[in-house]
Amino acid sequence: MLITCPYCGPRDLSEFTYQGDANRARPDPASTEQQAWYDYVYQRVNTVGDHKEYWQHSGGCRSHLVVVRSTLTHVISSVGFAREHDERKSATRHKSGGKA
Amino acid sequence: MAEYSALSLLRNAFSGNKDWKPAWRKPDPKPSYDVIIIGGGGHGLSTAYYLAAEHGITNVAVIERGWLGQGNIGRNTTMIRSNYLLPDNIRFYEHSVKLWENLSHELNYNVMFSQRGVLNLAHTPSQMDDFARRGNAMRLNGADAELLSADEVARKVPGLDMSASARFPIIGGLLQPRAGTARHDAVAWGFARGADRRGVDIIENCEVTGFLRDGDRIIGVKTTRGEIRARKTAVAVAGMTGHVMKLAGIDKLPIESHVLQAFVSESLKPFVDPAVTFGSGHLYMTQSDKGGLVFGGDIDGYNTYAQRGNLPIVEDVMSEMIAMFPGLARVRLLRSWGGIMDMSMDGSPIITTGPLPGMYLNCGWCYGGFKATPASGWAFAYTIARDQPHAINAAYTLDRFNRGILIDEKGQGATPRLH
Repeated sequence: MLITCPYCGPRDLSEFTYQGDANRARPDPASTEQQAWYDYVYQRVNTVGDHKEYWQHSGGCRSHLVVVRSTLTHVISSVGFAREHDERKSATRHKSGGKA
Repeated sequence: MAEYSALSLLRNAFSGNKDWKPAWRKPDPKPSYDVIIIGGGGHGLSTAYYLAAEHGITNVAVIERGWLGQGNIGRNTTMIRSNYLLPDNIRFYEHSVKLWENLSHELNYNVMFSQRGVLNLAHTPSQMDDFARRGNAMRLNGADAELLSADEVARKVPGLDMSASARFPIIGGLLQPRAGTARHDAVAWGFARGADRRGVDIIENCEVTGFLRDGDRIIGVKTTRGEIRARKTAVAVAGMTGHVMKLAGIDKLPIESHVLQAFVSESLKPFVDPAVTFGSGHLYMTQSDKGGLVFGGDIDGYNTYAQRGNLPIVEDVMSEMIAMFPGLARVRLLRSWGGIMDMSMDGSPIITTGPLPGMYLNCGWCYGGFKATPASGWAFAYTIARDQPHAINAAYTLDRFNRGILIDEKGQGATPRLH
């Protein structure tokens, strides 16, 4: 499996560290709503097909990435920076009233 | 009379082996059953067997998407053990080892259960302390365990690199003598035949495409071979749990699906007797009766439903094996393959009623499902028949994550790829 890092180009899987499902949204740190934290910490969609997930190019430029990869074929359809993805995610969260 | 015996072998030898019956029928699905079990793997088949044998519930269908036993029951490294630390886990897996000890007799089918022992290697004094603690916990809960010195380890497994200059010198180990291996295909076939002869319909090449509902209640399944109704619908589909439960409208579960690779070498003369596990990494190896070394290591570590892995883990597993057994460096690899593991958030399984009325769920086996095959079916059958868990699976609930009563054997927290 090759991941095309936006800085470094196509690199071998062994240079990257998997960091899990990128669909989850961390609740507001001040939130004491147990259900929201339970959902964030324990519950997974466990997608069949295109899965949005975090990887870090830990053996390279150390960027945190968001990769869309099929869990059936391992084909990667997009790679972007995690920062940009998370800013978009937090913007939609604030628009929708602050609840994750 | 037993279907397989010395007498039946002799009789069939004289009649040209034409009178053997297939081990299970190929029935068409009936419109309705008392219980439907989704998943014709080890756990589904053993559940069907124990429903019929222990609870007298024989109007049962096992529905399998492909051929019987093509999933993880035929993809594991066949190790059986109960060397756990936490009481809930030791009780459950020790019950399983006891069922294994009588399984060939119970099924009248030789599952080749071989109690050759499982040896965990220790490389640091703190690991030895940890093994002493785990061994004591096992013995307190009725399992067996022996703490071995370096000399005893060297005598038991002569091929190990016991030198002080080894990358991770071995200073001792924890042996469970009653642990061992079994022939995994025979386990599936034995349970299938036992269930079939008691009246269970095993329906292969029949994929579940949806659930039939009456309000919240699950009243059966839609399949590629038509609708089948049932009072109770049980799900035992391991790595496909997320997919099947989504068909029932359960979008999220405390489960991630990951691939675990396994490997087998060319056949060698007897080289290693017990199953051996590396303590400074993650590797477990046995030698099959045919002579091949059967071994595996960590999961690949990313979500996947593809039954194949990638090369970094292959390299990792091989380098760990050579660190332990330098003499194997020139041995050729015969085959490698992958299976999809239902990794739970605390590394322990789920055997429970629900989460919907009329539904029962068995999942979260991580990569330890094979050794649990008899006890999983035994406990799941009890749960289905009585609508409540048995004491040995009462802790394996689905809501334990929400209630904060996790059974985290490894202490890794909610990071399934690390369990």
